Amino acid sequence: MTDISAPPRRPIGQTLLRWGLYAMLFLFAFYYLMPLFVMLTTSLKSLEEIRTGSLVALPREVTFDAWATAWSGACTGIQCEGLRPYFWNSMLMAVPAVALSALIGAMNGYVIAQWRFPGANLIFSLMLFGCFIPFQVVLLPMARTLGFLNIAGTIPGLIFVHVIYGIGFTTLFFRNYYVTIPQELVKAAKIDGAGFFRIFWSIFLPLSLPIIVVTVIWQFTQIWNDFLFGVSFSQAGTQPVTVALNNIVNSTTGVKEYNVDMAAAIIAALPTLLVYVVAGKYFIRGLTAGSVKG
Amino acid sequence: MAPILNISGLFKNYGATEILKDINVSIDKGDFLVLVGPSGCGKSTLLNCIAGLEPISGGTIRIGGQDMTHVSPKDRNIAMVFQSYALYPTMTVAKNITFGMQVRGVDKATQAAKLAEVAKQLQIEALLNRRPGQLSGGQRQRVAMGRALVRDPQLFLFDEPLSNLDAKLRVEMRTEIKRLHQDLGASMVYVTHDQIEAMTLATKIVVMKGGVIQQVGTPAEIYTRPANTFVADFMGSPAMNLIPARASGSRIEISRAGAAPLVLHDPRASLSGDILLGLRPEDISEAGTRTGDHVQTGEAQVDVVEPAGADTFVVAKLGGKAVTARLAADTRARAGQPLAFGFDLAKVSYFRPDTGERLN
Ligand SMILES: Nc1ncnc2c1ncn2[C@@H]1O[C@H](COP(=O)(O)OP(=O)(O)O)[C@@H](O)[C@H]1O
Ligand SMILES: [Mg+2]
Repeated sequence: MTDISAPPRRPIGQTLLRWGLYAMLFLFAFYYLMPLFVMLTTSLKSLEEIRTGSLVALPREVTFDAWATAWSGACTGIQCEGLRPYFWNSMLMAVPAVALSALIGAMNGYVIAQWRFPGANLIFSLMLFGCFIPFQVVLLPMARTLGFLNIAGTIPGLIFVHVIYGIGFTTLFFRNYYVTIPQELVKAAKIDGAGFFRIFWSIFLPLSLPIIVVTVIWQFTQIWNDFLFGVSFSQAGTQPVTVALNNIVNSTTGVKEYNVDMAAAIIAALPTLLVYVVAGKYFIRGLTAGSVKG
Repeated sequence: MAPILNISGLFKNYGATEILKDINVSIDKGDFLVLVGPSGCGKSTLLNCIAGLEPISGGTIRIGGQDMTHVSPKDRNIAMVFQSYALYPTMTVAKNITFGMQVRGVDKATQAAKLAEVAKQLQIEALLNRRPGQLSGGQRQRVAMGRALVRDPQLFLFDEPLSNLDAKLRVEMRTEIKRLHQDLGASMVYVTHDQIEAMTLATKIVVMKGGVIQQVGTPAEIYTRPANTFVADFMGSPAMNLIPARASGSRIEISRAGAAPLVLHDPRASLSGDILLGLRPEDISEAGTRTGDHVQTGEAQVDVVEPAGADTFVVAKLGGKAVTARLAADTRARAGQPLAFGFDLAKVSYFRPDTGERLN
């Protein structure tokens, strides 16, 4: 006799599979989190403890000295002001560059998707192509251009470089978002008397929050983490934090201050981490957002 | 008085493709013009040309007697309702309706007064603070109408405004649009692919196919005297029967399966050779139920009997084609049995089989 009221038992094979899956997930999570754990604990240890203790051990005595040094005392070459001035350089560079490239991308996407003009597809293809040009290829022409514009070695120069390089991506994002919006919306607004910019500001921009979040996260991460453009187009005093971090780690003489290096690395990565934590869920939502149904 | 809308010799191309060919239409104030035709025949394109949303390739469009060639959509004194409603998704219903006035710099008090008036007229007062996403299809439709009404334009343009609604709502809104037209005495151009909508709403119908006007006329003209077989087939449901026949003078011969040909005499006809004889299902009756010397009888084998409540549709084979008759619900017709039909030759249309052109 079979008891039909009993809940169906999961076959043993499936249970094993499930546990195997969990084990794998934990393993990978551990694998990826381990370096962060080591960085964090090391940054909280004294040099003495690092020398004597184990790499993976928790700090016996928590000290923020390394963080203080990294922020305002570590030497980048001859200067010993820590990351602080460079951190602000990065901010002064990244915030306007992100805002400008997102705004221009939004405009471009709006024009290409909603105001079809002859050659729109060609221009879009060229912009897409621009996304795939390696950084190294544009270094020399860009250096010439910056010199010509008289902004070489300045923060506005870096902003210029990042805006130019970012427009391809931001245009792609916004164009793909706006192309899902029915063209009748623009037609209705035209009959209502609204012009090109009015339609953009009053109708399209308010619709764009999900894709703005995606674009800002993407651009901020790219620009903040960039090293090559930073090292190529800056000079003493205008270097971004990534270049300064490199200098701190490379230019310590005598004993290697691992705790300071680790703290500096975490500080340099903090803003992008923060952006993800604050806006991450919109990022996923924006990437998967479909059309706006009327 | 100049016609409110006058289109003459209009052409529209997309690249090398001709979408609209030599369109000539004119309507007077208070007319309800319906553009009807199958999907892809260029109805929306024509409406967009009238609105100024698409440049035209040839000809002229006049609204209120004025040439519109270089006039932008906002200055044409028109309002348009779109198939997808095209409501602004991030604005409330109230903002959707007043956006046009706001852009034009109408003062706040007037905006509020007009909004209140339109909201009352369409019974959407309770919805004013909602967003389009929070509305049902029928409610969105009303808001879209409100946005058009608030402009109080010379000419209303509708692009399949009911096609996204379910059947019941569609009929309700159809009546409402008709009432609105009567109350406002407004001039309207209305696009649809639904011939019933066209028949019920229009004071004037334009039937289009492949970018060419097939016929312009009142609903009655279109229905009773279609200009060609396309119009005959497209307008009316079930469609007009187009029965292959041979004619010589007033004598018309229709072949019957397994019997001698059916011969009809139409004293008003003088035809020769192969023709198509067009009769609406309601113009074929059961012999004896309708009298008059223009009703001629003949027998045919009944294939199918389809009771539809008030009427019963009876399908018989004549001239090698299935011919539908709309008979009374209590008809004696039985499938597989012969039945005597009455053909009302006062209502008949004749067409050339090759070109489909009307002959009488
Ligand atoms: N922007 C365009 N570019 C090229 N062809 C178009 C464009 N818009 C419409 N068409 C073509 O014009 C024809 C008529 O379209 P439309 O006016 O939308 O038809 P309808 O509204 O009667 O269904 C269709 O064959 C369509 O493919
Ligand atoms: Mg259409």
